[in-house]
Amino acid sequence: MSLVLEGVGLSVPPTEYLRDISLELPRGTMNVLLGPTLSGKTSLMRLMAGLERPTSGRVLLDGKDVTGVPVRHRSVAMVYQQFVNYPTLSVYENIASPLRVQKVNASEVDKRVQEAAKLLGLQPMLQRTPLQLSGGQQQRVAIARALVKRADLVLLDEPLANLDYKLREELREELPRIFAASGAILVYATTEPTEALLLGGNTATLWEGRVTQLGPTASVYRRPQNLAAARVFSDPPLNEIAVEKRGAMVTLGNGQQLPVSGALSGLSDGSYRLGFRAEHISLGVSRETGLNFHGEVKVTELTGSESFIHVDAGHGTWVCLARGVQELVPGATVDVHIDTRQLFVFDTAGHVAAVPEMAATA
Amino acid sequence: MNDKPINNKAWFFVLPVLIIVLFSALLPLMTVVNYSVQDTIGQNSFFWNGAAWFRELLDPTTDLGDRFSGALQRNLLFSFIILIIEVPLGIGVSLCMPRSGWKVGPTLVVMALPLLIPWNVVGTIWQTFCRLDIGLFGATLVNLGFPYNYIADAGSAWFTIILVDVWHWTSLVALLCFAGLNAIPNAYYQAARIDGASRASIFFNIELPKLRRVLVIAILLRFMDSFMIYTEPFVVSGGGPGNATTFISVDLVKIALGEFDLGRAAALSLVYNIIILAVCWLFFTVTTHLEQREFRAS
Amino acid sequence: MSRITLDGIAHAYRGSAQRPEDYALKPLHHVWEQGMSYALLGPSGCGKTTLLNIISGLIIPSEGRLLFDDKDVTRLPTEKRNIAQVFQFPVIYDTMTVAENLAFPLKNRHMPKAQVEARVREIADILDLTPDLNRRARGLTADAKQKISLGRGLVRADVSAVLFDEPLTVIDPGLKWELRSKLKAVHRALDMLMIYVTHDQVEALTFADKVVVMKDGSVLQVGTPLDLFERPEHTFVGYFIGSPGMNLLPTAVTGNRARIGNREIQLETTYPSFTDRTAQLGVRPDHAILAAPGQGLPVQVQRVDDLGRVRLARVMLGDHPLVATVPDDMSVPTGEAGLIFQPGRVHVYVDDRRVEGVAA
Repeated sequence: MSLVLEGVGLSVPPTEYLRDISLELPRGTMNVLLGPTLSGKTSLMRLMAGLERPTSGRVLLDGKDVTGVPVRHRSVAMVYQQFVNYPTLSVYENIASPLRVQKVNASEVDKRVQEAAKLLGLQPMLQRTPLQLSGGQQQRVAIARALVKRADLVLLDEPLANLDYKLREELREELPRIFAASGAILVYATTEPTEALLLGGNTATLWEGRVTQLGPTASVYRRPQNLAAARVFSDPPLNEIAVEKRGAMVTLGNGQQLPVSGALSGLSDGSYRLGFRAEHISLGVSRETGLNFHGEVKVTELTGSESFIHVDAGHGTWVCLARGVQELVPGATVDVHIDTRQLFVFDTAGHVAAVPEMAATA
Repeated sequence: MNDKPINNKAWFFVLPVLIIVLFSALLPLMTVVNYSVQDTIGQNSFFWNGAAWFRELLDPTTDLGDRFSGALQRNLLFSFIILIIEVPLGIGVSLCMPRSGWKVGPTLVVMALPLLIPWNVVGTIWQTFCRLDIGLFGATLVNLGFPYNYIADAGSAWFTIILVDVWHWTSLVALLCFAGLNAIPNAYYQAARIDGASRASIFFNIELPKLRRVLVIAILLRFMDSFMIYTEPFVVSGGGPGNATTFISVDLVKIALGEFDLGRAAALSLVYNIIILAVCWLFFTVTTHLEQREFRAS
Repeated sequence: MSRITLDGIAHAYRGSAQRPEDYALKPLHHVWEQGMSYALLGPSGCGKTTLLNIISGLIIPSEGRLLFDDKDVTRLPTEKRNIAQVFQFPVIYDTMTVAENLAFPLKNRHMPKAQVEARVREIADILDLTPDLNRRARGLTADAKQKISLGRGLVRADVSAVLFDEPLTVIDPGLKWELRSKLKAVHRALDMLMIYVTHDQVEALTFADKVVVMKDGSVLQVGTPLDLFERPEHTFVGYFIGSPGMNLLPTAVTGNRARIGNREIQLETTYPSFTDRTAQLGVRPDHAILAAPGQGLPVQVQRVDDLGRVRLARVMLGDHPLVATVPDDMSVPTGEAGLIFQPGRVHVYVDDRRVEGVAA
């Protein structure tokens, strides 16, 4: 059982929310929609659910065209950012509500509700109303309600965004496990790359209404196919620099020239945009291979386990991630080294021209 | 979004509503349009008159045209005065209304009371209230030496009907503004205090801008209602003295039911209707245009 | 003003507190020093916003005194305190331009026009708002609006403390980085006392010189980000700081040996024995390194998460779940593996509080 979108688009003049989206999501998989706000994640989920009808393209569930079928007739469950629960019903009734609509008999309802409550740790609270619970517990009720439905497609629209940092961590770990047994297709929308990496499965990166890349999360992370996918999937933000390659030299925006190495060697002459993540810059290091600069330290941010150092090397401010504590004084000059084996190279149209040769060890 | 209906039987549920709307609105409207282009010599026989009634209406030299232009001017003056008084007064009242605590409930009830009274009862209350002999208000004014006489004096008549309308409808503006003010998050007031802003400054820089949308609705509603006004002036002053308070609606009823001149009345009522629609459409277009421009800029 | 002192400050929303649970903020003493940046960090309901509101004047505490230098300001209204506040969502005056917004607090204090303009330009420059000075404030993005909110606070010469109440809540994740480093740069440039409330530990640790970790109305620990990371005094601090948080294992400690399940490890320091109280061993995932089977403690690998810049393994030590770091040069571990705790990075907690041992 799979969900297929063929050339799906959604436009409400004058805005085009989604353009030409084709995806295939197989049964029992976790699929993450990763993109900034207003990139079309919610619109796409609404289309998958049947809450809206696409203005172009088709939606197929298990090979059947369900494009015009409204959400009532589809097997879909949805969890929202705002802990949507029935405020006047008890937690038990909240979880039971989809089953009551389906006219499931009482003993079966009880069995499924207890099962879901156990999975989400809600058993002590079954008789309370949602407003008496904390935010995290309310969201668990919403998730339990989605779980009992045993829907084929479960959509989660940034469900943890309104929760405290630590609650988010906890619930995020539990989610794949909770839905694993149901075999449903899970679609999870988020703006944070770390969440996508932690959830695993497949990731689709969205940018301005298009899906720029779809694939297993780790490979989308390590091998972005275009600049948009690389930008979306970087936190801290992707560091970039525009270069011109001629023969064996690259010329940078400020006239500086450097010898070609690593990922740059196999390229034909022309203009390129190089992208590199915060963990691929080293400070205080200057090596023969790779690109070397002199930069000024702007800001250091220490978290204990990591240090984020903002440097200005003449091409905008770059963020460098170092392990442990690096006490660099703002204003100090420092050597900046970029390992060209770790670069992403994009052509002027934004398509990838070269990706790191070093394959991940994972 | 164009959802195809899955179940065509659903249309049958709409049928009763359609029938009712047909009888109560569409058919009478069509009848009026029909009358407006015909003339009669009695005995239910009609002949085609084309746009003659309309031409007569819009020509101030004719009797009908003269009455129309006079009434139209009175309507516009009335609406203008009403808006000038009621909008600032409504805003002022809403600023004084308590926004939290036990006082909120009773205040809202008191504010809503004038809106609940049937309109002709409002007219009658005030008519009695303003009587020179036994009316509390009227008699007091006369005793204090004011030359007040809403029956004989045009100025007093205008004063009275404006007072009636302000008493009746300011609550609407106040309640709308109250809702708008309640929607302003507390943080704005806190920030203004920290910035050292004066009360006037808070009003002009925070409250008024945030009330913009609500005020648009309030002004539109009040304009429409005051332009269509009939019951209160009719009950209070009957359109007099002379034709001092004869608004288009009052004149219309006189022509249609008093003089039984269906053709002219029909033409007048259609023109009246079109004026109101035009103003509302203009208002609506301008405000949505402004909103869109603001939305695109943000 | 050179310092803010909290002298026995406590707050119970219902007025008088009969039991400890009635307190939204339990009695505390603290001194905030001029020129430092502090973060109040904790989960929802821990009392951090209450504390911030007491300092800013929006709440009058039910107990205790608030002193700005030596002046008692407990009941002084907000506008008379020398503070500025930035809220969760941008608060700007819609009808004014950016420049007018920034000038507003100064105009209300009747500053001469030339001075106002100079100050506005100075602050706009620090916040990178100079190109937008003549634009309508309404039309800007959320992060620009937050900068204007901040600017309005900084523009007053008499402001000695700026309070932030979860200011990055409505900011797009991509722009959070920029705004955060801008806040830090502003702090360095203007040498003001800044107090920042958040539930996000990354925000707290990157911004603050000192972090105040709170839970259920109490302050659990005050320290630099490094202190909190290296030496959490309370198990909650260990759990809350770090993503994922500290691993906690039930243990029995005698001398310098700790027993976990049926294994023993050697510790760097010696402890007295705690046979009658619950003891736990705390070690951060950053300091629990996976190794080849046979080395260190034997564990079963359940799952490995690839986070790009680091790989975390979820393992079981007997019945106890742990999170450990997979070294970069190790291939994906499955099944049996070894676990090594970095020496000196293991802490012992008794009744949730850290116990200082004696160097062995």
